[in-house]
Amino acid sequence: MDLSCTPEEEEFRARLRDWLGKVLPTLPAQPSPDDWPGRRAYDLGWQRMLYDAGYADVHWDASPTRRLIYLEETEKAGAPYVGANFVGLLHAGPTIAAEGSAEQRARWLPPILRGEQVWCQGFSEPDAGSDLASLRTRARRDGDVYVVTGSKIWTSHAEVADWCELLVRTDPDAPRHRGITWLALPMDAEGVTVRPLRTLAGSAEFAEVFLDEVRVPVANRVGEENDGWRVTMVTLSFERGTAFVGEVVACRRVLTGLARTARDNGRWDDPALRRRLGRLDAEFRALWRLTQWNVSAAEESGGVPGVGGSVFKLRYSHARQELYDTAAEVLGPDCLDLDRPWVLDRLSSLSYTIAAGTSQIQRTIVAERILGLPRGR
Amino acid sequence: MRFRLTDDQKALRAGMRELLGRCFGREALRAAVDAPGRLDRALWRTLGEAGFFALRLPEADGGVGLGLPEAVLVFEEAGRALLPGPLVATHLAAASVPGAARGETVVAAVDGELVEWLDAAGAVRGDASGAVPLRSVDPLTPLHRVPAAGPPDPVAVLLTAAEQLGTAGRVCELAVQHARRREQFGRPIGSFQAVQHLCADLLVRAETARVAVYAAAVTADPADIAAARLLADEAAVQGARDCLQVHGGMGFTWEADVHLHLKRAWVRARRAGGSTQGAELLAAALAD
Repeated sequence: MDLSCTPEEEEFRARLRDWLGKVLPTLPAQPSPDDWPGRRAYDLGWQRMLYDAGYADVHWDASPTRRLIYLEETEKAGAPYVGANFVGLLHAGPTIAAEGSAEQRARWLPPILRGEQVWCQGFSEPDAGSDLASLRTRARRDGDVYVVTGSKIWTSHAEVADWCELLVRTDPDAPRHRGITWLALPMDAEGVTVRPLRTLAGSAEFAEVFLDEVRVPVANRVGEENDGWRVTMVTLSFERGTAFVGEVVACRRVLTGLARTARDNGRWDDPALRRRLGRLDAEFRALWRLTQWNVSAAEESGGVPGVGGSVFKLRYSHARQELYDTAAEVLGPDCLDLDRPWVLDRLSSLSYTIAAGTSQIQRTIVAERILGLPRGR
Repeated sequence: MRFRLTDDQKALRAGMRELLGRCFGREALRAAVDAPGRLDRALWRTLGEAGFFALRLPEADGGVGLGLPEAVLVFEEAGRALLPGPLVATHLAAASVPGAARGETVVAAVDGELVEWLDAAGAVRGDASGAVPLRSVDPLTPLHRVPAAGPPDPVAVLLTAAEQLGTAGRVCELAVQHARRREQFGRPIGSFQAVQHLCADLLVRAETARVAVYAAAVTADPADIAAARLLADEAAVQGARDCLQVHGGMGFTWEADVHLHLKRAWVRARRAGGSTQGAELLAAALAD
């Protein structure tokens, strides 16, 4: 067991730290959480800076350890997170890189890396959330195009996205996991309507997407027809495996902020609250170690993160909610003031045990796929 | 960074599991339960010969010359097997108490409000004056209450966490085995979502504790150790309870081993700095 980095990795860390020290003070102010066009421009601009400095593809780096160093250092320095580039960099990009043709990789990957295009995720439907395999959006083949009709929901960044990684049903008669296909949908295609949805946090964070006889070229299909479920599982293993890694470091930063605030406002003298903060520190230390463990496992097996991601996702999503509930304890009555720090974060943390597969689904995955318990009905 | 067990570490763990399976299998465990308060000296010497107590002593001093990560792995195995005796105290005394390294002297330590195996010990570290025996809830750990104890040794905290981790992993396996075998309503109970989710939580807690304990063994940082201990205590105690729940009525019997795991986890949770001390240590580091 070795937690130390190689000299090359340490050099990468030092170079990155140095670069962050120089560029972060030059960044413009962050746009408000509601200003989606502003956030798009800001996040793409940051991605462009990463590209120019040679860090754009760090999430796709062959060395997971370097990726970990990147996430650790950027979070410590308070650098912007992926934001609107989330789907492109962490889902669609890795999926296209793993499953796309050479032509598709050349077409879509460079614009994602250069910060020119935003992607969104068209997986969930009103009747297919965690039960993704029951999705009903239809795609009928017409020569060299698919004609797509249906609707998607809870689609983050849909309003400002250029592309959508879209799951459609191409064979309604096949067993439900078999008749699904993965398509890249241009969001400006005729027949695409986006209707923003307001979240419980008050922001228009995601949207409904309606698809009415949208014509998508067959050339936009990644993987084989009806093989989209397997392609999707590749995407989801990324989502559960490494997509939350940077946030763990961010949570530890929040925890330190909470401790300082509690010192200042006297709440620190409450031993129950103080120990709760101590326990949360243990929790986030362990989550960081779990990340290192999973990354080392992926490095050893030379590939895609495994089902260990479900263990992480399950534990992390609850820890994050516990963190912001504790923040409310520290804030006292201010925890109901939307202008206070952490209050909006507390609201958005409510999505963590739902998004990317609910905790209940994750537990079933752990029970059946890791522990080998008999399948439930 | 290669946060994985090396081949040598895997071999050490497998060797320890094999040794304990041979010397302290289920029959020996139940025999020990039927003879409370008696420490098996032959087994203790076997452990000594295998290098369990001298594991971290330098080879020049007759030890095995290994480090904390290896110690954590063998203590995890001891925890899994419910091996009785003041293992941590004797291991920590290997360099200073004659005979401890070879398993000839049993050493007890005053490292909390309770002392384990005081009557069986040939040497005692710390001040055990005024110790009063109590009727221990764990049939495999005789206990005395003592008036006061100093601050815990971080290595004792860590090795206790490793034993708790062993329990956490073991009770997860026992729960899963039972859930696959036991049928109710014409199906294995492991196909019921409520049972599946109990088992999933068992694994998640054990795996989270595992990485915390292993990392703390590598860094030897007191805050990492405190964090590992908090998570391992939780994984062992809550894990044993959930395992008991999965076993249903069978789990509430003396014949099932589940209660032995739970009781030992409770005993260890009181040893060498409890959860309060750990949480306070981490909180203080946060506010620095």
